[in-house]
Amino acid sequence: MPFGNTHNQLKMNYTAEQEYPDLSKHNNHMAKVLTLEMYANLRDKQTPSGFTVDDVIQTGVDNPGHPFIMTVGCVAGDEETYEVFKELLDPVIEDRHGGYKPTDKHKTDLNPDNLQGGDDLDPNYVLSSRVRTGRSIRGFCLPPHCSRGERRGIESLSVEALGSLDGDLKGKYYALKDMTEEEQQQLIDDHFLFDKPVSPLLLASGMARDWPDGRGIWHNDNKTFLVWVNEEDHLRVISMQKGGNMKEVFNRFCTGLTKIEELFKEKGHEFMWNEHLGYVLTCPSNLGTGLRGGVHVKLPNVSKHEKFGEILKRLRLQKRGTGGVDTAAVGGVFDISNADRLGFSEVELVQMVVDGVKLLVEMEKRLEAGQSIDDLMPEQK
Amino acid sequence: MASSFARVLSSKRKVGILSLVGAGSLTVGFFLNREQHVNAGANVRRIYPPSAEYPDLRKHNNCMASHLTPAVYAKLCDKSTPNGYTLDEAIQTGVDNPGHPFIKTVGMVAGDEESYEVFADLFNPVIKERHNGYDPCTMKHPTDLDSSKIRGGNFDEKYVLSSRVRTGRSIRGLSLPPACTRAERREVERVVIDAVAGLKGDLAGKYYSLTLMTDQEQQQLIDDHFLFDKPVSPLLTCAGMARDWPDARGIWHNNEKTFLVWVNEEDHTRVISMEKGGNMKRVFERFCKGLLEVERLIQEKGWEFMWNEHLGYILTCPSNLGTGLRAGVHVTLPRLSKDPRFPKILDNLRLQKRGTGGVDTAAVGSTFDISNLDRLGQSEVQLVQTVIDGVNYLIECEKRLEKGQDIKIPAPISQFK
Repeated sequence: MPFGNTHNQLKMNYTAEQEYPDLSKHNNHMAKVLTLEMYANLRDKQTPSGFTVDDVIQTGVDNPGHPFIMTVGCVAGDEETYEVFKELLDPVIEDRHGGYKPTDKHKTDLNPDNLQGGDDLDPNYVLSSRVRTGRSIRGFCLPPHCSRGERRGIESLSVEALGSLDGDLKGKYYALKDMTEEEQQQLIDDHFLFDKPVSPLLLASGMARDWPDGRGIWHNDNKTFLVWVNEEDHLRVISMQKGGNMKEVFNRFCTGLTKIEELFKEKGHEFMWNEHLGYVLTCPSNLGTGLRGGVHVKLPNVSKHEKFGEILKRLRLQKRGTGGVDTAAVGGVFDISNADRLGFSEVELVQMVVDGVKLLVEMEKRLEAGQSIDDLMPEQK
Repeated sequence: MASSFARVLSSKRKVGILSLVGAGSLTVGFFLNREQHVNAGANVRRIYPPSAEYPDLRKHNNCMASHLTPAVYAKLCDKSTPNGYTLDEAIQTGVDNPGHPFIKTVGMVAGDEESYEVFADLFNPVIKERHNGYDPCTMKHPTDLDSSKIRGGNFDEKYVLSSRVRTGRSIRGLSLPPACTRAERREVERVVIDAVAGLKGDLAGKYYSLTLMTDQEQQQLIDDHFLFDKPVSPLLTCAGMARDWPDARGIWHNNEKTFLVWVNEEDHTRVISMEKGGNMKRVFERFCKGLLEVERLIQEKGWEFMWNEHLGYILTCPSNLGTGLRAGVHVTLPRLSKDPRFPKILDNLRLQKRGTGGVDTAAVGSTFDISNLDRLGQSEVQLVQTVIDGVNYLIECEKRLEKGQDIKIPAPISQFK
């Protein structure tokens, strides 16, 4: 169980074989990698805060996975998890992040001036633009493992930092447990409100404990910059607006993030980051930039083209329905975003989205006019 | 091996004092807790004071929330059982599930036998509230599985469609479902399979492991209404009981399909005796015979059930302490159930009604599940007799109403005998 030493105290009375999970029906990154030998090596270790390998893998043991979707199957309970359990997490990361090696270095680039173009995506097709990432506060345990006191500490530090934002970023915090009915309805109407996780992938890792204590939503008065506190990560930061001006969205994203980081530093806190893994988050799938930059775009013709999947793959993009991950597209409108998180910088990833979406819209216009798109086929990025 | 370490434990029935030697463990050691009998485990990691960790229970309505004051929390929050189970783990389900304004849930669980001792300052008032005033500090719980003492118990089958008795048992020395490791859970399964394999005659049967069962076996068990599924209730999942599902979970039943054991669902074991029709006496006879036989079989191998003279049989949820027994019938009472005095009659007879789908379901037609309210403070024989006498009274009422005669609310029967 999270936040307890039960497993370590008891399980050492049994052999590794006796404790090793039955992964014979499992299909997730953890199950592919965790051999009995590896489990035996790791099971007597714990991070300084007491997180064990059984805590890391519980979500993957409880959720065997889907034959077609490969989930990660492990989480971090603190920053040190990625070090203490390297033997397990390095191959998981390599598999999940396209061959990223334990010796590779990740580049962080939050300078929005380095983004070329992106202010001219055709609003007749691109309905909205959005960039999100996550941040963890160094020194605190992550959502699967943190105590109530830690979670509240994260909340109050965040509220303080966000309270100092001004200008275009000035806003207000809504604690989930204190919110009025009217505030709640407004946040739902704005599509800002997050709810208690229902996915068993998240519940099994202990992230929803003590809900809604310490959870809340902050957003600026203009409703273009949003921060979720203590949902799947310490902080999720989102910049969004209607239309196709991804450059503006990314500008605000970088400015906001950089300001928030400064404000935390003034109070003696920093974000979890290292030059190998970039920004450290709860799920290994969000390491590096933790960035998903995307648009809602009308592609009724392109999406029916036989090469649609191949085009996206070459552009290093992925499609989702407009309800987010695992939803279906409605009316030919797709959520198109970067597929990568780690091994590319923020600027590089958003550049891929901008360039890729521009191309897709061009293809859409060609197909509308009954013309071929063969000459537009991209190379593999 | 776990079985040899279990033999080190006391094989007599007394307060479960457990000295656990952790080979290769990284824990600091065990501190003798001056106030309590049990050797508490290593102190829990704390970076914040108790006041910063105390849960927000203002919107909560469960027994744990009613009794977990900041002072009690501060006293208990850095203690752990010898196995390492903590207060925060015990109360997690109650923090995560504030409860319903009309239904008062318990809001806490035990991770091992010692939880009831180490966290007695919270468990005792919760037990007292849930079990209508039973005080574990001063009162003793009687255990009586001598079914020959039962009088009557053969109901009119025009009214009673089926009869059932269930309870739970925990294997001493192994942690309970909220806290057990995979190896411990597998050990529970092994111990139980071993024991039930020794049952003979009308109790001879077969074990179906959830991980290995075939589609046909699964369908048969569903058709027989025997199959249990992964818990979906957040009351259970928040306590960690569903971890590693379906590893080491299974169902055993006798060939005649009248005696059933669930392994590693909400408790180590749930034991059920049931039949169509109204022969509650026979159902209870088989219940006692089967339970005592299983107990004998595990004792042969050096194991025993968790039990003590204050709390009776120790189970995961405090609501199931004592006998852990729910004896009930599915009974049709078309006229009585519409009589406004029905709830009061049930109350005075110390019975509760449920729908025929079990707890929290609605009755279908006018068929109800009627069972004993109490679990702790009375013996199995006493509780089953209460159900028999009570159901007889209900049937009498129904018959009288059929003839156009009036009925009476019975005097309330006393609770602790």
